[in-house]
Amino acid sequence: MQTAAGVEACLPIRSDMDLVWVRQHVRQAAALLGFSLVEQTKLVTAASELARNTLVHGGGGQMETEAVTGGPANGLRLTFSDEGPGIPDLERALSDGYTSGDGLGMGLGGARRLVHEFAVDSTPGVGTKVTVVSWAARSPRPRGEL
Amino acid sequence: MPEHESVEKHGSPAQEVGDFLRRRGEQVAQRWADEPLFRTVFTVSRDEAVEAGKIVVEALAQVADTNQVHDPDAAGFTVVREQLSRMGAARSRAGFTTAQVSNDVNALRPPVENLLLADLPDASADRVRECTTALTVLMGTLRLVVLETALSEGQALIERQRLQLLEVATPVIKLWDGIVAVPLIGTLDSARSQVVMESLLEAVVEQRARFAILDITGVPTVDSLVAQHLMKTVAATRLMGAECVVSGIRPAIAQTIVHLGLDLGTVLTRASLADALAYALHELGADIINATPGGAGSR
Repeated sequence: MQTAAGVEACLPIRSDMDLVWVRQHVRQAAALLGFSLVEQTKLVTAASELARNTLVHGGGGQMETEAVTGGPANGLRLTFSDEGPGIPDLERALSDGYTSGDGLGMGLGGARRLVHEFAVDSTPGVGTKVTVVSWAARSPRPRGEL
Repeated sequence: MPEHESVEKHGSPAQEVGDFLRRRGEQVAQRWADEPLFRTVFTVSRDEAVEAGKIVVEALAQVADTNQVHDPDAAGFTVVREQLSRMGAARSRAGFTTAQVSNDVNALRPPVENLLLADLPDASADRVRECTTALTVLMGTLRLVVLETALSEGQALIERQRLQLLEVATPVIKLWDGIVAVPLIGTLDSARSQVVMESLLEAVVEQRARFAILDITGVPTVDSLVAQHLMKTVAATRLMGAECVVSGIRPAIAQTIVHLGLDLGTVLTRASLADALAYALHELGADIINATPGGAGSR
């Protein structure tokens, strides 16, 4: 509870510079919540991928961070939202190697593997919202839930 | 903006303000010279402050003539923009916040307003009100122009520093005959990776290097874009006939790369810069051996 002040934030994602802020904030927030170095790095990398998706594919948006406390471990929830064109084929977007830009096509699927909970809510023409949660010091849940 | 019908007699209120500014330019500039904005910027002589004030008054008169009192992009402001930005910058350097600079500019309004009121003793109450409104709007626009230039000055500074950082943060170091290394530090975005690639390829040619080491110890996050940049740099180095080794992959980064699903199988990697150097030296046929076998290693 006492850590909530440094964790909760709503950051704009409008340029490459904002991605730097997103990464720094997620790293700080995760450190405050007691994430190990590996967990921090994984979550920051996932945040970097998702924020870049928001910027490149969603045309910009924002990231909200929120501490999830009260359970057996501290968690950090990140919500990336944009008002872009949305993801027409989510299944394909999540598959490795598929890209609609000129990247490696590992961003969305890779980010899912780096976090413990992952949810995409996308409506074509309205926007996309990706919510991820990671927990400090807990083994990842089995994959397959979306 | 109030409606003004009696245009035929004196022109619009804005134009009348413009005429007034021309008529009383000297006095306005004299009074402004005593205000903090001018007084603290032009410290050498008061005359200098008065001259600067006159130029600003003339610019304001021009803007008023064209009825653009509300438009910060009015052509009249172009001539004084640089001077205003210098004044704003001088105040900022003295430790004043943007809000304080804004107040400084605001303090220029009352002296002009008093002069204007003194100048219109015979005008109707409506006319006086219209003219003071036009003047108020004009001075508000001046304030906006000053703040705008101050902010764009800050933006330009940030941009310059960013470019400086690009240059500074990517030195190519010759480690040995035929071996060059780039220690990467900070965020590896597209612009920086471009600079890294260029300077590395140049160094490969200049030094006739057979091995190029990219050390990513100082890169905090390796996501798919960074990995893509690394792979492109490695591929380009290979085309130049040199072998590229990526070193400084920390345990947390290694785990993240695996979870992310990135395949760096085509890239030669080593845990530390020392390992990469040892590998390159070995490949060049110059192995490092301890001078006193057994003795040096005991501590």
